Amino acid sequence: MPLIKNGRVTEDRYIKILDDAPLPEDGPVIVPAARFLADAEEILRRNAPVGVIWPNNRRVAELEPYLDRVSLVILVFPSFKDGRAYSQARQLRERYGFRGELRATGQILRDQFLFQVRAGFDALDVAKAGDVDAFAAALARYTVFYQPAGEGRIAAARQRAARLAVPAPGEAML
Amino acid sequence: MYLYDELDRTIVAERVAEFRDQVGRRISGALTEEEFKLLRLMNGVYLQLHAYMLRISIPYGTLSSRQLRMLAHVGRRYDRNYGHFTTRQNIQFNWIKLEDLPNATADLASAGLHGMQTSGNCVRNITTDQWAGVAPDEIEDPRIWAELLRQHCTMHPEFSFLPRKFKIAVTAATHDRAAVKVHDIGLRLHRNGAGEVGFEVLVGGGLGRTPFIAKSIRPFLPKRDILSYTEAILRVYNQFARRDNIYKARIKILVHDLGAEAFAREVEAEWQHIKDGPLALDPAVVAEIAARFRYPDYARLDENPPELAQLRNADRRFDTWLGNAVANHKVPGYAIVTLSLKPEGGPPGDATSDQMDAIADLADRYSFGEIRVGHEQNLVFPHVAQRDLAELWRALDAIGVATPNVGLVSDIIACPGLDYCSLANARAIPVAQELTRRFRDLDLARDLGRLHINISGCINACGHHHVGHIGILGVEKNGEEFYQITLGGRADERAELGALLGPAVPYGKVADAVEEVVAAYLELRERPSEKFVETVKRLGVEPFKERVYATH
Repeated sequence: MPLIKNGRVTEDRYIKILDDAPLPEDGPVIVPAARFLADAEEILRRNAPVGVIWPNNRRVAELEPYLDRVSLVILVFPSFKDGRAYSQARQLRERYGFRGELRATGQILRDQFLFQVRAGFDALDVAKAGDVDAFAAALARYTVFYQPAGEGRIAAARQRAARLAVPAPGEAML
Repeated sequence: MYLYDELDRTIVAERVAEFRDQVGRRISGALTEEEFKLLRLMNGVYLQLHAYMLRISIPYGTLSSRQLRMLAHVGRRYDRNYGHFTTRQNIQFNWIKLEDLPNATADLASAGLHGMQTSGNCVRNITTDQWAGVAPDEIEDPRIWAELLRQHCTMHPEFSFLPRKFKIAVTAATHDRAAVKVHDIGLRLHRNGAGEVGFEVLVGGGLGRTPFIAKSIRPFLPKRDILSYTEAILRVYNQFARRDNIYKARIKILVHDLGAEAFAREVEAEWQHIKDGPLALDPAVVAEIAARFRYPDYARLDENPPELAQLRNADRRFDTWLGNAVANHKVPGYAIVTLSLKPEGGPPGDATSDQMDAIADLADRYSFGEIRVGHEQNLVFPHVAQRDLAELWRALDAIGVATPNVGLVSDIIACPGLDYCSLANARAIPVAQELTRRFRDLDLARDLGRLHINISGCINACGHHHVGHIGILGVEKNGEEFYQITLGGRADERAELGALLGPAVPYGKVADAVEEVVAAYLELRERPSEKFVETVKRLGVEPFKERVYATH
């Protein structure tokens, strides 16, 4: 599955380590949540980036103590219809201030790209190769957003408030 | 009326372009039906028994005459010359073709109409009192809050893939015409002891196969917090509700399983993190939305003009209609008029394109160009001068929408049932049609007083049968249609679920059974002013049961 990061197809530099496999000496690794929590200090002591795959039915609050030392969190969409990871993403970004890579994996389709980016994901494991080229268009599909979501797009309410505060050209001259 | 600004129009236009692209990809085969399903649902498109069905959102049930003409046009151009008004204050067209959808949605968008948030597992059209803004018993116009919530929830990046659909209703009147207690979130605007206006927040109400009356989780929420608190409820719901079984995925099950207090604690904890963030409402933003609700420039008119009394005395039919379909308005000299879409023998809630055009013209002449859709599947003219009532009545009568049965036994709410719906187990519309024929006698109907019959063609309860004074639920038994009857349900501020009368009856016996129930009521009521639901409350279902099943 192609990985799109910050809008570009990117090589995944992490290696996935299954539950009982030994960790390599060096190099970025991705470990499952349970293994990470069982042995977090040991895993973080390695001198290489650490990513965690976090299931969508576990509170991300458990990850909070480690977020400044984790460089990647992967959240899971088992189906595009299962939207739990949207809430986890927003909590990680907006509540816990996670600044590392936030990756969506699972059934990641072009019609959800914009929702995912707005929820705070900056990397997407795209499910269909044909959807990769649609990324830019999917993100440009909408130019107005009704609600603030912490990812930087200005919500309509703020545009309206600004319009109230600044007289429109012409009005100021009266 | 709420007037769209360029931001609202841009969103709708962008949505039309996106949907055109999605339909194109489906037609080309780039999207599977399974993948397309959720995308079409996000635009109000269902695949029913015979064809695609397009549901169009009518936010809080408010329509302009121009929008109603556009709906008439869509019915004529892309469908079979009629539309069906729903219990969610929306309209749906039942025979639309896939390849026509992009153009139909573009036509609708030109009048500010769309199908966003009308289906799929998102926050659905926010409903409210169809008399909002004109009801004498309301403390303020609830549509401003419905509009703020509508905008907040539209294409929400976190809440577009919820465990199930999610319905919010708002009321601001002492009499709840919005059925807030049977919604996922019910909001009741009221004044607290300190004189401030805010919301009582109820959660976990709903019908379907496991009906619940909503529980109050916060007696008073300041207005500034309505978006953040709603966000907190939705976030708790999104994360913790069941997703393994669609019948257990609504918030009512989560609230029931956790208990209302534990659920409220989760919401409160979530809310503490976000209440003072960007969702805290700036009064300027509220004022901006409120300013885009335009109210008519009412004339100074006398209440109860003398010519009205003369006409009432002169024409009994007019007098009957006036006593039934016309309600008090908060402005002197004006009235609220309900247009019955429940003619004898007609499918409840249907209007033809010609009727819609005629109603739009009459709204321009008599109601400042504004029409409302109520959850009882009738239309409303919210601003009629009392001196115009007789003229308006003649015009409404001529197009068949002046049946004086509003709130009476033949004002039946029914889902589309097995005539259209792929989920239904039994027919609902023909049962309603038969009942309107049985109760064609309007004198009898008036004597019976307020009596709501609600019919659902399956357990999903789109006809809200649990809260019908008489509820009728179609089920399938060995390949045949049977109907369970419940008595004593109600959807207002004293919401209650109906109690089962007895064993289900076959299709051919439903109308007989309802007639027996009604006859029993006439015998059992203590006095003519004791309403049907009050008699059931006092006596329970037993005496009705004896009567119905003794004769079968």
